[in-house]
Amino acid sequence: MKENKDTIDKSLKRKHKLQTKDVKVFYDDFMAIKGIDMNIRANKITAFIGPSGCGKSTFLRLFNRMNDYIDGFRMEGEILIDGENIYKKKVNVEQLRKQVGMVFQKPNPFPKSIYENVAYGLKIQGIKDKSYLKDKVEDSLKQVGLWNEVKEDINKSALALSGGQQQRLCIARTLAVEPSIILMDEPTSALDPISTAKIEELIYELKEKYTIVIVTHNMQQAGRISDYTAFFYMGELIEYDKSKKLFTNPEKKQTENYITGRFG
Amino acid sequence: MNNIRKNRIKDQVFKFWGIACTFLGLILLMIFIGSIIVDGVQRIDWSFITSLPSRKAERAGIYTALMGSVWILIFTTIIALPLGIAAAIYLEEYAKESKLASLLEVNISNLAGVPSIIYGLLGLEVFVRIMEMGASVLAGSFTLALLILPIVIVSTRESIKAVPKSIRDASFALGASKWQTVSQQLLPASFGGILTGIILALSRAVGETAPLIVIGALAYVPFAPESPMDEFSVLPIQIFNWISRPQHGFETNAAAAIIVLLLITFIMNGIAVYFRNRWQSKLK
Amino acid sequence: MRKFKETVIEKGLQASALVTIAVTVGIILVLSIEAILFFKEVSIIDFLTDTQWTPLYTDKHFGIITLLSGTLLTSFIAIIFAVPVGLSISIYISEYAPRSFRKTIKPALELLAAVPTVVYGFFALTVVTPFLQTFIPGLAGFNSLSAGLVMGIMIIPFVSSLSEDALHAVPNSLREAAYGMGSTKLQNAFRVLVPAASSGIIVSIILAISRAIGETMIVAIAAGQQPRLTIDPTVPVETITAYIVQVSLGDVQHGSLEYRTIFAAGITLFIFTFLLNTVSYKIRKKFREKYE
Ligand SMILES: Nc1ncnc2c1ncn2[C@@H]1O[C@H](COP(=O)(O)OP(=O)(O)O)[C@@H](O)[C@H]1O
Ligand SMILES: [Mg+2]
Repeated sequence: MKENKDTIDKSLKRKHKLQTKDVKVFYDDFMAIKGIDMNIRANKITAFIGPSGCGKSTFLRLFNRMNDYIDGFRMEGEILIDGENIYKKKVNVEQLRKQVGMVFQKPNPFPKSIYENVAYGLKIQGIKDKSYLKDKVEDSLKQVGLWNEVKEDINKSALALSGGQQQRLCIARTLAVEPSIILMDEPTSALDPISTAKIEELIYELKEKYTIVIVTHNMQQAGRISDYTAFFYMGELIEYDKSKKLFTNPEKKQTENYITGRFG
Repeated sequence: MNNIRKNRIKDQVFKFWGIACTFLGLILLMIFIGSIIVDGVQRIDWSFITSLPSRKAERAGIYTALMGSVWILIFTTIIALPLGIAAAIYLEEYAKESKLASLLEVNISNLAGVPSIIYGLLGLEVFVRIMEMGASVLAGSFTLALLILPIVIVSTRESIKAVPKSIRDASFALGASKWQTVSQQLLPASFGGILTGIILALSRAVGETAPLIVIGALAYVPFAPESPMDEFSVLPIQIFNWISRPQHGFETNAAAAIIVLLLITFIMNGIAVYFRNRWQSKLK
Repeated sequence: MRKFKETVIEKGLQASALVTIAVTVGIILVLSIEAILFFKEVSIIDFLTDTQWTPLYTDKHFGIITLLSGTLLTSFIAIIFAVPVGLSISIYISEYAPRSFRKTIKPALELLAAVPTVVYGFFALTVVTPFLQTFIPGLAGFNSLSAGLVMGIMIIPFVSSLSEDALHAVPNSLREAAYGMGSTKLQNAFRVLVPAASSGIIVSIILAISRAIGETMIVAIAAGQQPRLTIDPTVPVETITAYIVQVSLGDVQHGSLEYRTIFAAGITLFIFTFLLNTVSYKIRKKFREKYE
């Protein structure tokens, strides 16, 4: 009987890469997340949608503990990755962030060369082997389809790239440290449509190897690329379902209003 | 994993190093002030403050030097204050973006970095010799006024800049002229900030030694100045003079005079901070 | 009428601003006129190459390098001490310390720069030198080591305050990128923020150097008055500024050669600080444009 329960737990763990249990977030006295339970599946793309200020970024940034440095931030509840609570005292935050990569809204390459940007995550882990680094940089840039565009300029400043290229560089930089989860906070909102299309395509390819959670305010985008979609409103998870279902036949009135553009 | 742990340890080590560095200077300063107080405090009494200088350490006092500092402070203020404020108003409200403005700006930034002893050389040649003021209170005050002018200008500009634009707009919209806006609105609104800057500049002037030595201020002046054309000494020069003497009694005197000088400096800084805080909360 | 009054006022304000130009012109004129008169009597080659400085003796030598070496040695010691400490403080305050701490500690540190330098001189001579003598037996009563170290304490806030401003101005997105990759605060500081804030940090260091070179009372009191071409920090030296003080304290006839030496020394000092200030101003201008 007990054995049986263990195996069920294990398979659930494999399926549910990320779990949150009654998570509440406070900024000083303001409650930004009001008790969310959620399971996010491995090797799928999960989209977070909702009107701005509803807590999408706050919630997303819990998974790599990026909120830790914010003054007045406080969290209650549990967040599990592969069944382990990442807010336990002895958790190594740097190790966690190596495993959970993040791509931000505005491309934010370091003011260094393209090479240094991609090699950064490996170098800070103490890897010095030049040929290994070179291979890894090339490999990562190839994964995001940037290699052919920049292979000549690999030692030039990353700031010279276009916005779309910069964002793909930031994704490559994240891939280089081989995370298992990638968090993306509106990664295309600062980009033109062509760059956006390229990045969407890339995200779609990446889900084979990674669990991806993406915040977007673009419903078409959520519909196009995500397997699951979660709709947030005022710090609460209103509805969470397969994207197809949520966009065509939502259970809740609020969700329907939002996706049909009646508010937000 | 191993490397990540090592990085964490380095991070913690640096944190403690950073705390240590932050308090190092302050702790050294406290040790020093403590040791000076131990050395000098028993020497301070009413007669130390009111006695004239003397060749005998036990009888010497700081009266003439203290009075010299007060005279210098008053005349430095009279000279630097209107000049500095006027120059700052010109730069902030009248000269914006012009070629002259950028020249003035480079120039003021450069003047702020000129060593104080160079101002002494300027004062020696221009005020003491050419204008024939001699090593008088007036020559010393002109020299120090030029020295603190860049500080006064920069802090006044910042205070004027901090006045909300809406006040300016409102005044112009009511048909006020530029000068009316400046004198009736901007100066009153930035007064606290300007005052802060000036007190800080004066606290710098009160501690200056080198330029006054260069213009020929004396360590030994038998009487306190009675007119701006009189010879003078100031507290820091008196201290320097006592430090330079071999007999131990003078070292005690120096420590005692330093306590007085530090008291003046810190009180001025304290007043400045008080005015700044009050002004900043009023501005909001 | 009103127009006329406005114009007069504007001219008056402008005249006040122009006083600052007059000051600069005055400094340059005074220094160069006296220096030119000086170089009529002393060859500029001797001035730059002689290795002795003895204008007050009968066997006169005018090798400015001798004084310059004293200035550079004391400044070097100050900078070597103040830059690592000041930079560490700035990183600690901007990246590690709680926000509220930053507000109280910055004015406290600036107090270090508000203490009159004659007081620091006394500190160097009567506390630091005797203390150092307990484990550096050969240390002279006047020496560049304690003068330099105390000068270092004085300039710590110059480095820490401006560097902290520069670090603070680095956009938060870069911090997030670095933390997002798993950097520690230390790695973030040294690999990302310090390079990104480098121009501001360099400016702070240049200003600190300029400050150290022009500092007078600490070195005049604690480093001695013996012109000497040396890099030994344990022996007495004389800096350019200390020499000017030494001559000013004596009875030197206006128009004599000795009188002019202080202007020749002064112009040397002025050129150094002027170059440093100009470079820092240029960098600062560029840096300001970068973030605005
Ligand atoms: N650093 C912060 N301090 C205080 N409140 C914050 C902070 N960041 C976000 N908030 C508040 O938390 C709520 C959720 O913000 P956020 O997670 O950024 O929403 P979203 O990404 O959905 O637009 C908003 O009301 C916002 O004002
Ligand atoms: Mg957001």
